[in-house]
Amino acid sequence: MRKGAGILCVFLFLATAAAEASADSWRDDFASVVLLRDYNTRLVLVSTTLLGIAGGLAGSFLLLRKRSLMGDALSHATLPGIVLAFMFAVHFTGTGRSFAVLITGAAVTGLLGCVVVLLIRSLTRVKDDAAMGIVLSVFYGAGVVLLSIVQHMPEAGTAGLESFLYGKTASMVRADFYLVSGAAVISLIASLALFKEFRLLCFDEGYARSMGWPTHALDVLMLLLVTLVTVVGLQAVGVVLIIAFLIIPAASARMWTSRFGWMLALAAGFGGASGWLGAGLSALAPGLPAGAVIVLTAAALFVLSLLAGPDRGVIARTVRARALKRRVERQHLLRGIYEVLEESGPAPHLAGDSVPLIPWAVLERKRSWSPRELRGVVRRAYRRGLVETMDRDGVRLTDAGARAAARVTRNHRLWEIYLVEYADIAPTHVDRDADAVEHILGAGLIRRLEASLPVAARPAADGVPASPHPIR
Amino acid sequence: MDQSLRERPVARLRGAGSVGLPEEHSPGSPLSVHDLTVAYHRKPVIWDIDLEIPEGKLVGIVGPNGAGKSTLMKACLELVPRSSGEVRIFGEPYRAQRKLVGYVPQRESVDWDFPVSVLDVVAMGTYGRLGWLRPVNRRCKGLAMEALEKVGLADFAHRQISQLSGGQQQRVFLARALAQDARVYFMDEPFAAVDAATERAIVGILHDLKRRGRTCLVVHHDLATVEEYFDWLVMLNMRVVASGPTAEVFTAENLRKTYGGKLTLLSEAATAVSKEAGGAE
Repeated sequence: MRKGAGILCVFLFLATAAAEASADSWRDDFASVVLLRDYNTRLVLVSTTLLGIAGGLAGSFLLLRKRSLMGDALSHATLPGIVLAFMFAVHFTGTGRSFAVLITGAAVTGLLGCVVVLLIRSLTRVKDDAAMGIVLSVFYGAGVVLLSIVQHMPEAGTAGLESFLYGKTASMVRADFYLVSGAAVISLIASLALFKEFRLLCFDEGYARSMGWPTHALDVLMLLLVTLVTVVGLQAVGVVLIIAFLIIPAASARMWTSRFGWMLALAAGFGGASGWLGAGLSALAPGLPAGAVIVLTAAALFVLSLLAGPDRGVIARTVRARALKRRVERQHLLRGIYEVLEESGPAPHLAGDSVPLIPWAVLERKRSWSPRELRGVVRRAYRRGLVETMDRDGVRLTDAGARAAARVTRNHRLWEIYLVEYADIAPTHVDRDADAVEHILGAGLIRRLEASLPVAARPAADGVPASPHPIR
Repeated sequence: MDQSLRERPVARLRGAGSVGLPEEHSPGSPLSVHDLTVAYHRKPVIWDIDLEIPEGKLVGIVGPNGAGKSTLMKACLELVPRSSGEVRIFGEPYRAQRKLVGYVPQRESVDWDFPVSVLDVVAMGTYGRLGWLRPVNRRCKGLAMEALEKVGLADFAHRQISQLSGGQQQRVFLARALAQDARVYFMDEPFAAVDAATERAIVGILHDLKRRGRTCLVVHHDLATVEEYFDWLVMLNMRVVASGPTAEVFTAENLRKTYGGKLTLLSEAATAVSKEAGGAE
């Protein structure tokens, strides 16, 4: 966790330094491509990067607190606030161009939306998700209505207000950059300082409350953090898409790690990277809306994480499932061969020239394998040195294969006997039940199985007990 | 350690003296409940609960589904709002005595896919001692490790919690409460759906806690083991049917009162009350 924080600090420092440095000091090609030469573009890039970092941090808490939809309600509820703040500003000062005023209005109605959600939840029997759905759409609808009213007002200068809907990075100025940097620094400090408190709250609220932590206050703090990131990000990404900036980096990070601290650091990294790349892409191709490109970039990183995540990723899971399937097939082959040879009597010879080749057709019947499937299974066993030949007439085990076959059969039968004796499963059904689990039994479980079964204490000649049911 | 805790008189003196408690609350009792009623959406879940638990006992709380066992526990810990009544922990309200109480919630109450390690979860038991803003330090982790050893999960310290079996998860929650080093423990169904090894481990821990003078309140389902595990029994079905030494109150008559027949009337009355209140609004 500390390492993650360190990386973040360096990242923040570099980003700030990059924005402050004069154009001349960045003359290498990398900078001209990624940061571009234009001062304003660089300002935008650094701002969106910082915004991504802040969003990743705040979003991680939101995701783990299972409040993603709450973030969505909050961001949509900011729209009427923006428009109302604009109307007030026009009325009292004559111009509605002050970003600070607009985002204050956004924060007020955003939080108001959250309060309404909480009120609905505590005063009625309407469930959480329904309450958030209602608040989200009603506040957003109100915002759209107000927006159309404002646009028909005689005072000019409403242009740009609708950019809050979908986001527009080009209009960002130096003051916005400071605002976004401030938000990023605050989320970083809050994440580090309240790391343990937020982790406890997200994991087990009831326990936290029983210990006297003010969970409501912590929830409010968390919500304020989300509000902060949301309102400073509104201009760049827009009301509709800002939730993606919060949730997607956090969800991506979760695919890579099962540690809270690392998840925060990675979410900040993913958020920063998507802000940087997304804004960069939209700057390279004028006309592309930055907010949407940023979200799509974040989504691309998410898909990558979904596929390549080391533990939960699709690829890793497919590989694991395939390996298990191969192991099950291999064990079925070995036990099939053992059972065929066992027909000549208990404790059969399994390997050596005196052992007859087992015809393919006999093995196919053992497991209702198609000839093609069986060939594949045998070929893989051959590569592992378990099967001696791949003869046209049939199959024969190697010494290693023979040992493995005896062991596999023994485990299967021990498990069957255990099920018959302890789980009251009829001997006619036990084969299938044993089949379902025996392949994943570890060595420790097998030892316990042996200890609990008297039959394992006085084994047959080769250690393999007789099957508790007739073998088909 | 044990002695120093026992001799600490703060709670008793304050409880007996200045506050002017009703006489029903004995200041020495680890849990004293008076006239407690809790309602969800106007429907009473527990009614007029009066309890006086002696110190140093293993207390079983039994009753049918929906009898309000968990609710009673949560109401004592101020996790659900009370409609009326008072709860005293060693003579003081809960909020003043939190450090003396360890809570083991139901296993299903959290998401076990959460990104933390076993050690992280157990170390949460020491957060109360740490206080605000201070990061989890070596000492906390040491205490957490000791607690994990007590429940037999030291080897699992660095596993992610989703990799544990149900029984192991239950032991992790128990270890977290042990790391708190409390004087009275509230355990919500620790024996629910656990394997035999976990059940033995939990019983061992209960006896160890009793030996050290701690009080344990345990919501329990398995009537077959009640007499073996608990020396004090609270039989609950919306109200307290019986509370006392297990040998005295665990009778056929009380079981019938708790689980069978007549009390359905009470629950019907509660439903009627909630309808009445709902209609009146």
